[in-house]
Amino acid sequence: MNIDYSRELPVIQGRLSLAEIENLIASPLDEKPGKKFFIALSISLSLLFIGVLSVGYLFYKGTGVWGLNQPVGWAFDITNFVFWVGIGHAGTLISAILFLLRQKWRTAIARFAEAMTIFAVMCAGIFPVIHTGRPWLAGYLLPYPNQHHLWVNFTSPLVWDVFAVSTYFTVSLVFWYIGLIPDFAVLRDRTVSKIKKIIYSIFSLGWRNSHRNWQHYEKSYMLLAGFATPLVLSVHTIVSFDFAVSIIPGWHTTIFPPYFVAGAIFSGFAMVVTVMIFVRKIFDLEKIITLNHLEKMNKVILATGMMVGYAYAMEFFIAWYSGNPFEQFVFINRALGPYAWAYWIMVSCNVISPQIFWFKKLRRSIPIMLIVVILVNVGMWFERFVITVTSLHRDFLPSSWGYFVPTIFDIGTLLGSFGLFFTLVILFTKTLPVVSISEVKAVAEGAQPSHHGGEH
Amino acid sequence: MNRSDKKYGVAALFNSPDDIIKAAKKVTEEGYTKYDVHTPYPVHGMDKAMRLKPSKLGFITLTFGLAGAAVALLFMFWAMSIYYPMIIGGKPFFALPAFIPVTFEVTVLLATLSTVIGMITFFFKYPDQKHPLHDTDYMKKVSVDKFGICIEVDDPLFNEEKVKELFKGLPFESIQTIFHPAEEKHTVLEPKFLGFLAAVAIVVSFGTYVALNKILYTVPFDWMMEQPRVDAQSKSEFFTDGFGMRTSVEGTIARGFIPYEFKGMNEPTVPLSNPLKPTKEVFELGKKKYLSFCSPCHGNYGDGDSRLGENFPKPPSLHSAKAREWQDGNLYHIIVNGQNVMPSYETQLTRDERWAIVHHIRALQKAKNASEQEIQLVKKESLENAK
Repeated sequence: MNIDYSRELPVIQGRLSLAEIENLIASPLDEKPGKKFFIALSISLSLLFIGVLSVGYLFYKGTGVWGLNQPVGWAFDITNFVFWVGIGHAGTLISAILFLLRQKWRTAIARFAEAMTIFAVMCAGIFPVIHTGRPWLAGYLLPYPNQHHLWVNFTSPLVWDVFAVSTYFTVSLVFWYIGLIPDFAVLRDRTVSKIKKIIYSIFSLGWRNSHRNWQHYEKSYMLLAGFATPLVLSVHTIVSFDFAVSIIPGWHTTIFPPYFVAGAIFSGFAMVVTVMIFVRKIFDLEKIITLNHLEKMNKVILATGMMVGYAYAMEFFIAWYSGNPFEQFVFINRALGPYAWAYWIMVSCNVISPQIFWFKKLRRSIPIMLIVVILVNVGMWFERFVITVTSLHRDFLPSSWGYFVPTIFDIGTLLGSFGLFFTLVILFTKTLPVVSISEVKAVAEGAQPSHHGGEH
Repeated sequence: MNRSDKKYGVAALFNSPDDIIKAAKKVTEEGYTKYDVHTPYPVHGMDKAMRLKPSKLGFITLTFGLAGAAVALLFMFWAMSIYYPMIIGGKPFFALPAFIPVTFEVTVLLATLSTVIGMITFFFKYPDQKHPLHDTDYMKKVSVDKFGICIEVDDPLFNEEKVKELFKGLPFESIQTIFHPAEEKHTVLEPKFLGFLAAVAIVVSFGTYVALNKILYTVPFDWMMEQPRVDAQSKSEFFTDGFGMRTSVEGTIARGFIPYEFKGMNEPTVPLSNPLKPTKEVFELGKKKYLSFCSPCHGNYGDGDSRLGENFPKPPSLHSAKAREWQDGNLYHIIVNGQNVMPSYETQLTRDERWAIVHHIRALQKAKNASEQEIQLVKKESLENAK
């Protein structure tokens, strides 16, 4: 338990050799999936099936099957959208920002976090499309030459959203794939199955570990990280613009972009820790994804949790300081009105529960951190719910006040999105190396030359 | 993979990153240029040992990133300010701050995609599955934990003995000669495969046709053509009287409609006089409204020659002595109140429109019953105007 933080901790524990690292990561792909795998998959597929049924009925019947109606026109749909986009942000943060900050420990978790980014953005992308009520007209969101001679309104935050989320998805996917190319080559060279070999060969593009390629490869990784960093900040900024650019009290605030980005990283890290706790256990990766990794992520959760707490407080302060009675009403209504229960779930989960991580012992305890990160996930979902619904349900006209209650189709769609996410995650663990083999090899002890012209 | 006896190069494997750096330095110093180092991960310091120039990949990124920014901005400028300018939210046509998000996203998208595609195709010349190094023991070992260097036969200084000599002077693990793979017969154009392609094409096109033209137009896909909404003139089960269209609630007054005080009276001695001056605009309005609302029954010139033919009781001519002798107020009263089978036009015509119609009727009456003297006067005036 006594760790000397003044010295850099080894990224990988137990002095594994390069071949051992590779075996540890790649061997689950060679084995047939076990009973646990199918149990997990059947649970997630059941959830996904509930989602498919809910969305199918929604398409058949229309958005009337949801609980939203005037004045709450945005409810679970947009809450889920923002929630899932936020989950995605941790992956890009780990793969891009921590790369630029030269945080070697990121290598163990980057691949998985990036995969979670892609899956989370896929979940997120469903909601704006289905909430339009006419999903088959979603193509109109894209600027394309048409007979009406009309282009999309480029000054609308909703169009910015289309550009931001689709760019984010594409760049994340490309970034992820670039990282996978050398690993596909490794898998190609170790597999004995003929079909697998063809598949891995195709995806490895014929990679041959050449240093003349590694040189450009490292450069491209740096460039992509450099672009992904502002991109990840821009995406949640633009998502927050969906709210902040409107003139609804409770939405129309300048604090939204940084507040949303901090919240996204907060919730994303919580989700990564949630999944990592299970992955390292199930795949025996405790030496590669060590307790030190989890502790570092918990520190990020603590820091971003306090940023989010600061934003909650600052919103209230500005509501009072602005002297705007509508703004003041919205915030008093949030904390004391009919949705006070949601507000206080949010505060206690997001601000109070991560404070446990001030204590090293608790920060490094798996059961404690599992409870906290699940609470954070719940709290961050409620944060988006509070922002969306409580700002809308009591607007300027008291005669049109209302109270949103979700229907089973709202809840079914939410469960379905979790089903989709975990189905993809579970399939990913059996099809691709969950940790970047070449990156982890590069940070293993003795992997780099001892003297190389004083470059370090 | 079968190998031909054509040599590709000579390769040596090393056990540690220190050894491979040493080997790469040595090979470079000897003057070899067509060689490559193969490592399971990028080894730091290798660029220097191989004397590689810095990667020029950044230029692709820069070029396409700037192009993305320029294209996005220019396109939005063209679409929003030139091609179809529209004022939205009071913003100027060229709303630069509102164009920044899309410009940024397009910049990032183009920069990253061009970097990756440029690197793979232009710098790596991938995909390349036929390279002689594939499927060799050498490649399988450098994939795991060995570090290799391979000097190609194409190198001008290449001499197999000398190269092996050079490697033997280093702390090597093993040395091997790599041969080109044997020529493979291309199996792509076999009739079996072509048949398979044709079958796939037929199935895909038939499936697409059915999906887009048939399935998407069966129940429940009605493309929102069927809507539970009340259309004009349609029935409604919601209201007890069965009418979809509603009259205004009793006691309310719509904007522009002033209540008529003689409503429902028969033959009132109406003391109203036409408040509108007989200007050109009033006559035009009156004509327009007369043609819309009155002419179907009374005829275009007020002769009572109904367009409805025998399907409806014939309405009276507006040129009868009785109609001509009526006061303006009397005509107005009939328009508002209706008479016999003629319904009230109170809800369809505003007060000014009704009076404009009265003017128009007076003009029609005058035209049909003008005296010779008046006709001459008009003829004279129109001749003068024609000059």
